[in-house]
Amino acid sequence: MTTFAQKQSPATRTTPDAARRAPAQKPRRRPKDRLAKVVIILLLLTGAAFAAFPILWMASSSFKPNTEIFAYPPQLITSNFSFDAYITILTDPTKVRFFINSYVVSLAVTALTLLVAILASYAFSRYEFKGKRPINMIIVSIQAVPPITLLIPFFGLMVVLGLYNTYQGLILTYLVFTLPYAIIMMTGYFNTLPKELDEAARMDGAGPLTVLWRILVPISIPGIVSVGVYTFMIAWNEYLFALTLTRTEDMRTVPIGIQLLMGQNSYEWNEMMAMSILGCIPVLILFLFFQRYFIGGMTAGAVKS
Amino acid sequence: MASTHTVVRPGSTKRSTSGWAPTARKLTPYAFLSPTVIVMLVLMLIPVIMVIGYSFMDNVITNKNPVFVGIDNYVEVLSDPVFRTATGNTLFFTLVSVAAHLLLGLGFAMLLNSPLVGNVTKALFRVVYILPWLFTVAIIAVLWRLMLNPNGVINYVLISLGLTDKGIEWLSSPDTALLAVTFINIWAGYSFYMVTLLAGLQGVPADLYEAARVDGASAFQRFWNVTLPQLKPIIISMSVLDIIWTSQQFALIWMTTGGGPVNVTEMLSTYTYKLAFSRYEFSVASASAVLILLLTMVLAFFYVRHQKARD
Repeated sequence: MTTFAQKQSPATRTTPDAARRAPAQKPRRRPKDRLAKVVIILLLLTGAAFAAFPILWMASSSFKPNTEIFAYPPQLITSNFSFDAYITILTDPTKVRFFINSYVVSLAVTALTLLVAILASYAFSRYEFKGKRPINMIIVSIQAVPPITLLIPFFGLMVVLGLYNTYQGLILTYLVFTLPYAIIMMTGYFNTLPKELDEAARMDGAGPLTVLWRILVPISIPGIVSVGVYTFMIAWNEYLFALTLTRTEDMRTVPIGIQLLMGQNSYEWNEMMAMSILGCIPVLILFLFFQRYFIGGMTAGAVKS
Repeated sequence: MASTHTVVRPGSTKRSTSGWAPTARKLTPYAFLSPTVIVMLVLMLIPVIMVIGYSFMDNVITNKNPVFVGIDNYVEVLSDPVFRTATGNTLFFTLVSVAAHLLLGLGFAMLLNSPLVGNVTKALFRVVYILPWLFTVAIIAVLWRLMLNPNGVINYVLISLGLTDKGIEWLSSPDTALLAVTFINIWAGYSFYMVTLLAGLQGVPADLYEAARVDGASAFQRFWNVTLPQLKPIIISMSVLDIIWTSQQFALIWMTTGGGPVNVTEMLSTYTYKLAFSRYEFSVASASAVLILLLTMVLAFFYVRHQKARD
């Protein structure tokens, strides 16, 4: 930062306190620091209210009777606290089916994505071949193709292939959106592993598949979990194609199910909120258990390893 | 895989590949890539060609024998005033969202990176700040419809503070609907920036700050001359990605306002969807979809070029 050095007067540069403080050393608490700390905590709390209040409100509303949803004044914890909305959802076979559908589709997409992406990433990470850069670039740009552009031909294609309103149709569709990201991330992970590992195994006569399966995959579990968690979430949350490529109630996924609740004669707000809470539980659990991997997935796109 | 059984000749050096049958070795990467390539050909290339084809036909899918009509569909889309409104709305929605995401994300990341706050406190707040990002758009949409209801809790707070006399119909009034959906989208999306920028901030070498401090730089000067330049590549990639994603937002709009009232929240995505699945004008919708694709490809071009420059 040469621009600084030139701008600063020599007097300020020799502040003994600043000059002596080692980077790792804990900064000494000064009154100014204490004030700054109070301001930071206040800002953090304001931000937390902004982020969390709507979610608290959702949870709170899911425990209210529907007549109390818009009670005046609003109450965060109702005196008529009950699990009725949850019981209504979980005992209705149509609604339970939404959850089953979402699990089947999301788990299948995750498994398939991981399988295909691991194979492709192995090629990208460990081989030099003709067309490597162009193929890689196509995969990066495919991420940007707008879903709405693909929606109309997919609709036509699925009808022609007889996959309209089936699990297979949804699973194949989601692969297009999960694969590019999964390959980019998995390749990044493989690149961090030393090539000497597989070369040593090859010296012993192992073929490429053996090297991949017995050497690379076992030590790549953190990367695979990251990709898997993120893939599951994309599939679990998808809305546009689930809406368009399924027709009957028994094929609908959770996001569409929530919307269907909204369309019924009256708004059962407490049930919608209960279904929303149930609908985000898988992602929340994944997040709590795999927070580190999750964040790895979020940052993979923009931060270069 | 034939090459699996090839025996490595003794004496071959570590980096040598002489033990592999050369052709098998050459074909191996393509074999590994083939599932990906097949999926992408069938489910990406063919659909894109299909949609371009559709856009030059008279009504497809509903019509058994479509005929070529040239650029008629494009003329129809481009001369539709609703298309122009949707373009303007998408632009407003995207630019305001992306700017707010960046500011909030950077602000929260800086707070969470402050050395004055303990690690446990940081971890707790970080989880809270990520929360909005964990909810699917369908849930976010119904949640905010509840909160922004004329009798909902947001209006209750505003009335209590004396800011308004009676509940505002945030999502169904033409004056506020676009602002309301943009606000919801801001709430839903800043976490991505925050997490990424936090990782970026932690990657800024401590000695840069140390040098700046020794030079007597103020907190703001350190931010402006050390932090921002270090984060610039991340900020650019994230903003381009976010512009691409936000401009394609469909579910949030569809489930909160459906593009209404009177088109004030109509986006390019909802406009195209309605053309196809409410009016069954699949060809006109395809033309609109191709136009959206072209716009996005321009953005993607900048993204890829930026990423290549960072390599």
